[in-house]
Amino acid sequence: MLNRFVIPAVVLAASMFSLPARTQNAPRTPFPAPDPNAPPVAQNQEKHVDGWYKEVPVPPKDQKSALAPRHDLSGIWEPAAGWRDGVQFLGAKEYPSDGKPQHELPFTPLGEKTWKSHKPGFGTTEVPIALNNDPFDTCDPIGFPRIELFNLRAIQILQTEKQVLIFYQNDRTFRSIWTDGRGFPPDDISEPRWYGYSIGKWEDDTTFVVETSGLDERTWIDNVGRPHSSDLRVEERFHRVNYDILELTLTIIDPKMYAKPWNALNKFPLRLQPADFDLREMICSPSEQAEFDKQVSRPAIANSKKK
Amino acid sequence: MKNGASFLLMIGLLAVSVPVVAHHGNASYGHAKQLTLKGTVTEWDWLSPHTLLKIDVKDDHGVVNWIVEWNAPSSLINFGINKKTFKPGDEVTVFIITPDNGAPVGRIQRVMLANGTWLRG
Repeated sequence: MLNRFVIPAVVLAASMFSLPARTQNAPRTPFPAPDPNAPPVAQNQEKHVDGWYKEVPVPPKDQKSALAPRHDLSGIWEPAAGWRDGVQFLGAKEYPSDGKPQHELPFTPLGEKTWKSHKPGFGTTEVPIALNNDPFDTCDPIGFPRIELFNLRAIQILQTEKQVLIFYQNDRTFRSIWTDGRGFPPDDISEPRWYGYSIGKWEDDTTFVVETSGLDERTWIDNVGRPHSSDLRVEERFHRVNYDILELTLTIIDPKMYAKPWNALNKFPLRLQPADFDLREMICSPSEQAEFDKQVSRPAIANSKKK
Repeated sequence: MKNGASFLLMIGLLAVSVPVVAHHGNASYGHAKQLTLKGTVTEWDWLSPHTLLKIDVKDDHGVVNWIVEWNAPSSLINFGINKKTFKPGDEVTVFIITPDNGAPVGRIQRVMLANGTWLRG
């Protein structure tokens, strides 16, 4: 019985307990000391459900998959390593903001300066929520590529003769990726968009490559405020490894902010879900967020500057 | 052995203190401290992106209505928690992180129902 609760706690701790240690070089709020009268570990069990409250089956580890179909990404997909694997609260999966040297991004001076001007709620530069300037905190559209670099949850992909459409659980939004051979609209007349302009083509039978540009500078690349300029181009490579697994590699190309391209996702695995999987509504409600700010986040830091 | 179990319990509690979906962390509460409160539910607001549990807590000076946030509905449903988990009048004990400025707000780490079951979300 002890193992039933303690082992999951240790596993969870192993992945998260190192957070403060990773940020030794950054100012950070000390984590509160453990309460000696702390309650026991929880007794409810985790059970992943879809939007219809139907339990999502866990596939066997030795799952046998059929071959990937040709030029077909259609279906409902979730992070293969578990529904939380795409949360990325510390920023892009491959480059979490944790203070480790290998996760430092190749910022240009402008990139560094712009990043420092962003005040996120997580990572080595985190601030109290009432003091941050995360555009998503007022429920602005999460935008692209952050839609895939923060809370990448369930997605549904549909294909038509001229488009690949991706529907996202997060923000309950979608993107159109044109496959009819068109190029980008002219720079001098097109307006920036929260989700940009996307065109895609099949590189081979199972690899679909998407280029996106025209992205609104107000969006952050990820949850820790990595910046981008209006010159940002994003490449996504969707590689269907077999019938059940789709890998996503996402590359950031923005010479104004970064001295070289970097992979925010590298073969991030998504697993095909049953056709009756319901995508849950997951919306940042501006009025509900405003209530939260009024009732919780602002009182939480009131008078704190005096201390 | 007892000390070992206590240590495991401690790091288990620390581990769950990081929210799984939110876009802000514990720094939201400045120099936070941990607190356990027992009280009566006045509201359970199933809001997105933050659910709010409001509870009346009695102390020597009277009753204070605490507002404590929990994770988003899209996370809580995976732990069997839904919009009917609490109703006004329920007796609960909450284990929270709270700022040290005295504001009656915080973030839930655990909740104990009247039947003694501790919930995580």
